[in-house]
Amino acid sequence: MSNGNLEIRAISGHTGGTPGGGEYRQPDGSTHAGASRDYDVCKLIDTTTCIGCKACEVACVEWNGYEFRETTFDNTYQTMPETAWNFWNLIKFNEHQRADGTIQWLMRKDQCMHCEEPGCLIACPADGAIVQYTNGIVDFNQANCIGCQYCVTGCPFNIPKFNEATKKVYKCTLCSDRVGAGLEPACIKSCPTGCLHFGSKEDMKFEAAKRVKQLHDNGHADAGIYNPGDPDERTSADGIKSTSPGSIGGTHVIYVLNDAKHPENYGGLPPAPSVPFFVKMWKGPLKWLGGIGLVAGVFGVFMHYIRFGPKEVDKVEEVKR
Amino acid sequence: MTNGWVDIKNTDVMLIMGGNPAENHPCGFKWVVEAKKVRNAKLIVVDPRFQRTASQADHFCQIRAGSDIAFLGGLMNYAIQNNRYAKEYVINYTNAALIVKKGFKLPEDGYFSGFDAAGSKYDVSSWNYEEGGNVTGTAAAAIAAGDGPATAETAAQASSGNAAAKTAGPHGAEGQGLQGMGPASAKGISGGAAAPSLPPNTAYDLSLEHPRCVFQLMKKHFSRYTPDMVSSITGIPVDKLNKAWDMYTIIRDKGDTKKVGTIIYSVGWTQHTFGSQIIRTAAMTQLLLGNVGRAGGGVNALRGHSNIQGATDLAGVFDILPGYLKVPTPADTDFATYLKRITPTPSKPKEWDSFNYWSNTPKFAVSLLKALYGDAAKKENDWAFHYLPKIDRKYSWVEQWDAMYAGKIKGLICFGMNGVAIGPNSEKNIDALKKAEWLVVCDIYPEETSSFWESPGITDDEKKQIKTEVYRLPGAGFAEKDGTFVNSARWLQWKWAAVPTPGDSKLDQEILSRIYLAVRALYQKEGGKFPDALLNATWAYTNPNNPSLTEVAKEINGKALADLHDEKQTPSDWKAGQQLPGFAWLKDDGTTSSGNWLYCGSWPDAGSNTQRRDPADPSGLGIHPNWGWSWPMNRRVMYNRASCNLEGKPWDPSRKQVWFNEATGKWAGNDVPDFKPDSNPKDHMGPFIMNPEGVARFFVPLAGMADGPFPEHYEPVESPLVNPLHPKQTNSPVVKRYKSDMDKYGTSDKFPYPCTTYRLTEHYHYWTKNNPMNMQLVPEPFVEISEELAKKLSITGGDRLKVSTARSGTKDGKEYGVYYARAMVTKRIKPLKLAGKDDPVYPVGIPIHWAYRGIGDGRPEDRRNGANVLSPTVIDPNAYTPEFKGFLVNIEKA
Repeated sequence: MSNGNLEIRAISGHTGGTPGGGEYRQPDGSTHAGASRDYDVCKLIDTTTCIGCKACEVACVEWNGYEFRETTFDNTYQTMPETAWNFWNLIKFNEHQRADGTIQWLMRKDQCMHCEEPGCLIACPADGAIVQYTNGIVDFNQANCIGCQYCVTGCPFNIPKFNEATKKVYKCTLCSDRVGAGLEPACIKSCPTGCLHFGSKEDMKFEAAKRVKQLHDNGHADAGIYNPGDPDERTSADGIKSTSPGSIGGTHVIYVLNDAKHPENYGGLPPAPSVPFFVKMWKGPLKWLGGIGLVAGVFGVFMHYIRFGPKEVDKVEEVKR
Repeated sequence: MTNGWVDIKNTDVMLIMGGNPAENHPCGFKWVVEAKKVRNAKLIVVDPRFQRTASQADHFCQIRAGSDIAFLGGLMNYAIQNNRYAKEYVINYTNAALIVKKGFKLPEDGYFSGFDAAGSKYDVSSWNYEEGGNVTGTAAAAIAAGDGPATAETAAQASSGNAAAKTAGPHGAEGQGLQGMGPASAKGISGGAAAPSLPPNTAYDLSLEHPRCVFQLMKKHFSRYTPDMVSSITGIPVDKLNKAWDMYTIIRDKGDTKKVGTIIYSVGWTQHTFGSQIIRTAAMTQLLLGNVGRAGGGVNALRGHSNIQGATDLAGVFDILPGYLKVPTPADTDFATYLKRITPTPSKPKEWDSFNYWSNTPKFAVSLLKALYGDAAKKENDWAFHYLPKIDRKYSWVEQWDAMYAGKIKGLICFGMNGVAIGPNSEKNIDALKKAEWLVVCDIYPEETSSFWESPGITDDEKKQIKTEVYRLPGAGFAEKDGTFVNSARWLQWKWAAVPTPGDSKLDQEILSRIYLAVRALYQKEGGKFPDALLNATWAYTNPNNPSLTEVAKEINGKALADLHDEKQTPSDWKAGQQLPGFAWLKDDGTTSSGNWLYCGSWPDAGSNTQRRDPADPSGLGIHPNWGWSWPMNRRVMYNRASCNLEGKPWDPSRKQVWFNEATGKWAGNDVPDFKPDSNPKDHMGPFIMNPEGVARFFVPLAGMADGPFPEHYEPVESPLVNPLHPKQTNSPVVKRYKSDMDKYGTSDKFPYPCTTYRLTEHYHYWTKNNPMNMQLVPEPFVEISEELAKKLSITGGDRLKVSTARSGTKDGKEYGVYYARAMVTKRIKPLKLAGKDDPVYPVGIPIHWAYRGIGDGRPEDRRNGANVLSPTVIDPNAYTPEFKGFLVNIEKA
């Protein structure tokens, strides 16, 4: 992957140390630890100032070089029902009627949340198909993707999308190519109202908390930050503690919501996202058990061959998924 | 905008109404967000739909399209009743204290005084100030003497009292009533005499108590706009009205003069038959609250194209010349007569001063004629004044299409617009083009106008009958051109071409120049009727076939034609040929030229100010004095003298724009003072220097407005409602209905749904249906309807709907004037409870962006009419803008 100065923290298919060793090669050939972005990066989406203009949608598609795709009218301003393999950034529009009859038109930019404990990466069996950089960006490397779609299962936000043609999975990279070169992600650059911010996780949490306080002071009592599982409880207004089983440990994309008590009103944002139990198990105890199972299986196959000989294969038409 | 985009950040409360900036001006909307985040400013949004701007609102009111004057009139009534207005400002900076002539009548019955039923217009002679100086303290006596404004009854009594006046109703009564008003007005009626003029020494009452002072008249006028009345007109529940009015007027609670509110609007106000009056009501609201001239205040029109402000400044309307000089009429028999008509003289209380800046009109007019005709404009030939066209009638947009439909206009050149898609009543425009002999369209796409002959429903046989010869010229896109954009904030910003023009396409100036030079050559060769104007126009460009816009911009700025000397200015000398630094240098003796006096200063001798890009903002008020250049003379907030109290000190010391410096005896500021620089506050010069009064107008005297000196709520021509204010006069009595067979106007029995049209963030007018990226975001047109209407008509989201109006029908077995689109069923539009209606009224809305050319236009389902096939041909009598925003439709499942 040619993502500039990014340094890998975790990578799929590995349980031990990470390749690259955390050393960054200088132009003069010397090396030093760390990267130019040596802090956790974070995108802050202040939904209370998002006007749903879709500039981020267009910027994302254009930066990543994807073609126009035909859409159909669906009784909504939303461009398409959910993100697609070549459409990673989608504003979700939701009309919500409060108990007093007043209307809210909630607009939320949906994209990869870049979890601290990424379910996709945990689930991925392919060597080097998913990496997490030290700055928190979770990135897919399609060259190593085997198309098993376990990442789809592992994601609590329904983000990774499978491309039938290439048999690979794709998602938002948090513009790792731009960030690695010291730029902000394309969506941030395009936002006209400044509802999108980008910086260190610490700074973004500070900005978010400041905005939430202002919203509280202006009578929006339920305003809060969506950063599920973050160890910093001030900014983790959800039921999931960072120590809970399946916690995603906070995200590198955080929201300010007017009604943080009901994130589900914002186009199905899960109130308590977690990595599915069996995915967690897969990389934990199950992996070890799986190892035993694999050995047992191979032994079984060998015994079967000894006992029954080779299998005659019927001609089966390949079924397209 | 009186203020500017960046200035919005300085406000404390915003009323956004008749506009949807989050949707249509998303980049400018950042300043609304900034005000909310940095100043905790409150946002009130009033709109027929809960749209993207409403999603950001602290308070939203769903208003019935076209009832805005009622809402704002109610707001003013609320402010007056609750003593929440800027008293010092109102007394000294507006005409509130001025006394209006006897005989002026408020429109309790739907008519102001002076209505002439036969001509459907007003005689305005009673719409004037009284002569006479200070009458402060005489109010009690005036009231005792019954010296109030005229009523329908007193006006009728004043008439001859004959049976005709009694039976003719209010029209006749007022027409007769005027005869009792003295020789000046009597002459006005009989016609032929000079038009009535403003008195030089107006009567005034600083206590604002005289029953005929503007303030009392206004108070009485808006006292009818009670919460219940406004609610029954607008459909907004009383509690929501009161909350909105409270939120906005709280800035003047308990005599506070520090806080500021802004009103932001767009064509949701303009595009009504009373659009100019809605905007006036907004201006009055801002004057009443003392918000005009102040940082974070003002009356702020958001322009819908990147350079529509520039187009208007440079005479994009038929009755103005560059710089808002008036176009001559046939009555202007010579230059002196013309100047006398268009140059105002001061009209004010004797003790006050008035700059009356339009008194410089002769300098601007002569400099314009010198720019247009060069050496051919000489004192001896009235500066070639007779080369200018003289307008004998209204040549407005709708009138031109009407004349073409009547066969009177034979050809049309269309640049930078799509006449069929714009409408209104697109079918009429299509039929008009069928009657034309030729049509020239310059565009970057094959759009609807140049394709009128293949609009939906036209058969091959019909096509053969169309004789119109159509020429398409290859225009250039905005990124291929240099030149200036003038934004809503009046900022002239130079832009550089990003890419060259592709293929055979040409820059606009090349196309226009080559047409002009070819026509001029024909006149030179063959002669013709009055070729002088064409032959003598200046065309001294380096490349006459394709002038550089740098040269044109410098020509517009203007230059010295002789050596100039002025002791009072620094520097005091300019040599012949040098670019002028500002309009204060313009002369009426032929020694200066300027293509638009307002732009004089944009390109001085030192170089273009429009190309400046210094983001520095030392005051922090968003003035950015060295970024681009704004007219007039780089003032960012107009009328900024009004940001100070009578002594010349800012109302709010934390937002210091300008101030009077006692030591130097001059005005100074962070912004450029929009005022006479050495006018001492004790001279009481009014801040509104473009008015002959020096003060701003609650009451517009004489012919300022065709439909009344105060704004009155009238219904759109197509309305579901009988006007509860005066049921016998629902619509404005001066609004003209067109008479052609294509012009029909609907009523709510057959067309029950009030419809409004609008734009979407994802699209831009009629261009982006050619662009895949935009089409991906919103692929096809829709009709927004409430869940309640959907239930009533058994419609579900996505159903195909047929929308029709009184202008729809069938001809030779084929339907015309109908619009098909899918239903968008939404919670964001609600049924309204309105006056005199047992059942709710169901508003609907239609975005305008699609028609029959664009991506996929080969597919039958994409060969559709544009939304403006539905809008009626009817216009505002002041600005001539069509009523795109409020009309009646019927909806059924297709």
